Amino acid sequence: MEHYNMNLTLKVWRQKNQSDRGQFETYKVSNISSEMSFLEMFDVLNEELIQEGKDPIAFDHDCREGICGMCSMYIDGKPHGPWQENTTCQLHMRAFKDGDTITVEPWRANAFPVLKDLVTDRTAFDRIIQAGGFISVNTGNAVDANALPIEKAKADDAFAAAACIGCGACVAACKNSSALLFVGAKVAHLGLLPQGEPERKERVLNMVAQMDKEGFGACTSTGACEATCPKGISISNINRLNKEYLVASLVSEK
Amino acid sequence: MRLLAFVPYFCSDFLTHNLVSMTWKQVFTSSVGRKLTMGLTGIFLILFLVVHAGLNACIWANDGGVMFNKAAHFMGATIVIRILEIGLFVFIFIHIIQGLILEASNRSKRGTPYAVNYGNRGSKWYSRSMGLLGTLVLLFLILHWIHFWIPSRFTGTPEVTYDNKTYHDLFTLMKEIFAELWVVIVYVLGCISLGYHLAHGFQSAFRSLGVHNKKYNNMLTSLGYGFAVIVPLAFAMMPVSMYLGWVS
Ligand code: SF4
Ligand code: FES
Repeated sequence: MEHYNMNLTLKVWRQKNQSDRGQFETYKVSNISSEMSFLEMFDVLNEELIQEGKDPIAFDHDCREGICGMCSMYIDGKPHGPWQENTTCQLHMRAFKDGDTITVEPWRANAFPVLKDLVTDRTAFDRIIQAGGFISVNTGNAVDANALPIEKAKADDAFAAAACIGCGACVAACKNSSALLFVGAKVAHLGLLPQGEPERKERVLNMVAQMDKEGFGACTSTGACEATCPKGISISNINRLNKEYLVASLVSEK
Repeated sequence: MRLLAFVPYFCSDFLTHNLVSMTWKQVFTSSVGRKLTMGLTGIFLILFLVVHAGLNACIWANDGGVMFNKAAHFMGATIVIRILEIGLFVFIFIHIIQGLILEASNRSKRGTPYAVNYGNRGSKWYSRSMGLLGTLVLLFLILHWIHFWIPSRFTGTPEVTYDNKTYHDLFTLMKEIFAELWVVIVYVLGCISLGYHLAHGFQSAFRSLGVHNKKYNNMLTSLGYGFAVIVPLAFAMMPVSMYLGWVS
């Protein structure tokens, strides 16, 4: 692809802290290379803001290679921007043209309150994981990984579900702010493997209960989450969770 | 006297033992449980639609409504069906209440709206508008009950006699009601709302019940689209053919 430079107008959500009302600010950036990532463009802008003695724009990021799930910008109406199966940090400026105006917002959901500018508090996901997104094992020698036979198809499905990086884009895209793609991915990933099998029923009941407590909405199977997920997590994981939940609530001792 | 002493014991025993288990309560109140009940009641209502459409298709027998009136009489007079009717109303009620609660609660989860709308990527407008479509169907249903169900159960309809037996003449009632153009238009609009409601609801109901195999999901989606077109179309054709005088 041909390399080019561009001048852009950015409308960015600025909010001092959780109690501030917040508003959009407009910025101009010039000479942005089409080879830059979206976050590098923000780095350039922030350098300029610092030089002018202004407060730089706060945004989350860590690995910048699409694997950690920290970056979280809602760009022109799409979480992680216009490309599919892609994270904000891996969105390149060649997705835009010279003269474009880009609107950047934080994830919007009551369960993900804005801390500052584009940074949201996503610890609700951590608490959902703590409620059941694990397997309990005794300490001691690590067991030989190949000792347990696992059906290939199941291993593949579990692996595909395990690709979730916990970014929260599914919540951001969903009209109901539902976290069920994330929770479904975890429940399917662990439930499909023999190591996760023993705690299967408690897991789904506890994780769903925690999810509701955190204030996420209910899934209505619209499909927006699947289309937005940077890791292509399939909505069939949600259906699988529904089944697990139905079975667990029918046979639970409580 | 000694026997009576057991009464308070039984009462307290009854109260301390939960009649409904914890997880069953969750099935009705958790986010996943709510959609489970939506799916379950939805599938029951889908089955009812098949029966209702099949029965009403008797108007096209072109026999002056004899077959239709007799079929309707059978539905009203058979005890099993009257019991199922109670079940139907309970299910409709649960479907409506759960649906309204779901919609209200889901709408409350994003305090600050986005400046730029997410749009259609991955989802259809009707999938995102189930609350609205459901409400339109409900409004239509209320009108429909006023037109047919209430007269046939309570306030009375015209009557007709075949072989010395009197029947409700619902056929004549239909002809009277569907002589008005605005009624026909409202019914057709109601059927269109139902069609879109089913286009999402049919396949989504099975997902909510946990069908996750891709082959079944694909099958159910195609089946759902077919159902969502054919059944509402059959319903819509009834007032239209009455209005245009296609049935006699
Ligand atoms: S399911 Fe996809 S969108 Fe949701 S948290 Fe995981 S990686 Fe992010
Ligand atoms: S910064 Fe790690 S995924 Fe984007």
